[in-house]
This record gives sequence, structure tokens and C-alpha cells, in this order.
Amino acid sequence: MKALAGLLRRDLLLAARQGGGVGTALGFFLTVLVLLPIGIGPDQATLQRLAPGMLWITLLLSVLLSADRIFQQDFEDGSLDVMSMSALPLEFVVLAKAMAHWLTTSLPLAVAAPFLGILLNLETATIWPLLLSMILGSIGLSLIASIGASLTVNLRRGGLLISILILPLYVPILVFGLSASTGDANIAGPSLLILSAMALASLVLAPLAAAAALRAYLK
Amino acid sequence: MLVRGENLSCERGGRLVFADLNFALGDGGFLQLTGRNGAGKSSLLRLIAGLGEPAQGRLLLEGAAPDVPLCQYCHYVAHGDAAKTVLTVRENLLFWRDLLGDGSLDAGLASMNLTALADYPAALLSAGQKRRLALARLALVQRRIWLLDEPSVGLDDASQLLLVALMQNHLATNGLIIAATHVALGIKPHQVLHLGGTQ
Repeated sequence: MKALAGLLRRDLLLAARQGGGVGTALGFFLTVLVLLPIGIGPDQATLQRLAPGMLWITLLLSVLLSADRIFQQDFEDGSLDVMSMSALPLEFVVLAKAMAHWLTTSLPLAVAAPFLGILLNLETATIWPLLLSMILGSIGLSLIASIGASLTVNLRRGGLLISILILPLYVPILVFGLSASTGDANIAGPSLLILSAMALASLVLAPLAAAAALRAYLK
Repeated sequence: MLVRGENLSCERGGRLVFADLNFALGDGGFLQLTGRNGAGKSSLLRLIAGLGEPAQGRLLLEGAAPDVPLCQYCHYVAHGDAAKTVLTVRENLLFWRDLLGDGSLDAGLASMNLTALADYPAALLSAGQKRRLALARLALVQRRIWLLDEPSVGLDDASQLLLVALMQNHLATNGLIIAATHVALGIKPHQVLHLGGTQ
């Protein structure tokens, strides 16, 4: 437990000192949101209809932007070697690092995104359902990103490969995240439950998968 | 405690690095690995550290709790210093202490004469100082088996003496050391294993 807390604390400290994580992701998010109305045109009704979907897709892409950094530095400087020799199973190492990524990247983005949706003329009634679904969905986003990060840990330019590997796995979160933010309670309720189920499933499965990939690379 | 390797073979990338290696090292023993570059010294250390699997043969640990794997008795200090440059020396060591078990931060700092540097970010350390930071892990958390890969690279004379004192103290308290090194460390090894008989 102390090891897990220590690892989480270190990763949060690293993110705070190094910068780059949430700052870059948020900047990217904002840039895309500003570009979208320029590309689509100023028709407010069209923008309002497209807003939730565009926010979700931009969220997915922004999360992926920093995904390759979850394990790479620790792999290169030998930290991962030492971590694998601690009493803490590698699965929990993955869990701590995915949690740190969620806290420093996915969660701040998920919280900010619905409010930035105002730039796309997002209907104000949709803000709260969207916020809820994005926070729930972002847990799965970070955990699944850790699978991609572990599979590409020894590649110099792994970022693009992560996108190809991971974006298909994001489809369910995207589908149910969108239907949860429609505002229609009959659809939103079950969708939120499914989103929660996916967050829990990835909480269990992603560390197993990522730890297996890391072991294969370390050996 | 006895570490024993039986008929160990190691393959990396389809190439046989070494084959049929045997060794046994008991309490207070110091095994030095020698051999040309690429003979498999680092590979053997990684095998023992659990960071690889032998293609053949097996590694045994006798006289230890059966449910604790060999790697959790080991310290592994190799080329990667495993230090985070934006953290201070103290923060780096605190993290390793939390992760690897219990230990005294002051003992870790003092062992490699890092006390004066404790609040420096690791980014400001020289290569030799970073190496000292990595070696401080040895004194920070007590583990029986030390696996050292060229531990003295980059160290100045005074730090080499600190390292030698640290190793002698470890051997005197029944610790085990397996080190790959080209230079004489100033401690006479109890055993020398020469790798790379075949070209």
C-alpha cells in the first residue's frame, strides 16, 4: 500500500514539475475546438447538433496525445526494472501510473470539456449529463491508454501506433458516452450504467494486459 | 542463503549469449563476472534480477522463504540510473524507499556522501553524482543480494572508496554480491566467473 501511494505521489509530482501533460493536452483540445466552427461553418443549429460528438472525439484524441509517456521514460532510465523487483506486482504499478495519468490529464480534460463546449454552441442543458459521462468515460480512457503505452514502450515514435491500437477500443466508450449525454433520461440512465461497467471492467483488465506487455519487454 | 545457477543458457535476439553456466554463491560471497563486451555479463545479472528468462537451466535460491521470488531479495544497479531529473535527490530516494521496502533515508544519503546534495534536483547532478544516487539505493533498503553492473563507472577516487566500504560492510554482514566489472574494485572476489569462452 505504501509502495502504491509512493508511486502515485511520485508520478503526480513528476507531472506537476515536468508540465507538458495536461497543459499540452488542454491546449490541443482548445485549438481543435476553435478550428471546428471555422471548418464547419457558423451555422449555430448545425454546431449545436454536432457539439457533443465533436467534444467526445476531441477528448479521445487529447488523451492519446500524452499516452505514450505513461511508461516510456521509466522504461528508458531503468526505473521500470527496479519497480518490477519490488514486492508491488507490476499490475499495481500499471494501475498507479494509469491513475496518475487520469488525475493529471483525462480528468481535468473531462471536467473542462463540457464548459469549453460553449465555443460550439453546446446546449446548456447538455452540460451536466456530458460532464458526468465524460468523467465516467475518462477512467476507461486512461486505463486503456496504458495498454497502448505498454505495447509501444520501446518504440521511439510510439504515439501514432498507440492511436491505431487504442482508438478502436475507445469506440464503446464513445458510443455510450454520447448516448449518455443526450439529455433523454430513458437513454442516458442505462448508458451511464454501461459506462460505469466499462470503467470497472477496464480497471480490472487493463492492468493485467499492460503488465503482461511490460513483462514481455523487460524479459 | 545460497544462490545457485545450474546449466544456465541465455539467448538474446536468437543469438546464444552463453551456455551451460554454473555457479553457486553463499552468504558473504562476492562473485565477480568477467569477460569481453557482449559476453553476457549484463544478461546474466538481468536473469538473476528476474528481468529475463534463461533459455535453459535454472536459478535456485536456497535458504529463503519459498513464497518470495529471488528478485525481491535483490538490488540491481546497472547503466540506467533510474533517477528522475526533476525530483531532488531526497525525493528520488524517498520514492525508492517506499517502493522497495523500509529503510533509513539518512543512511542512504550518507552512504554515498549525498547529504549535502539532498535537496538538489537530480538534473543538476553530474554523471558520477547520479551514479552515486543509484548506488545509495543499496544502503537505503536492506536487501541480501546485490547485482552490480559496472558499479564504479564514473565514480571519482573518494566515491570508489565509499563503494568499496559499502560492499565490504555488506559482505561482512553475510550479504551476497555479484558484480560485473572490468576494473579491480579493491576487494578480492571470492569467485571469478569468466564468460564468453566461445567467440
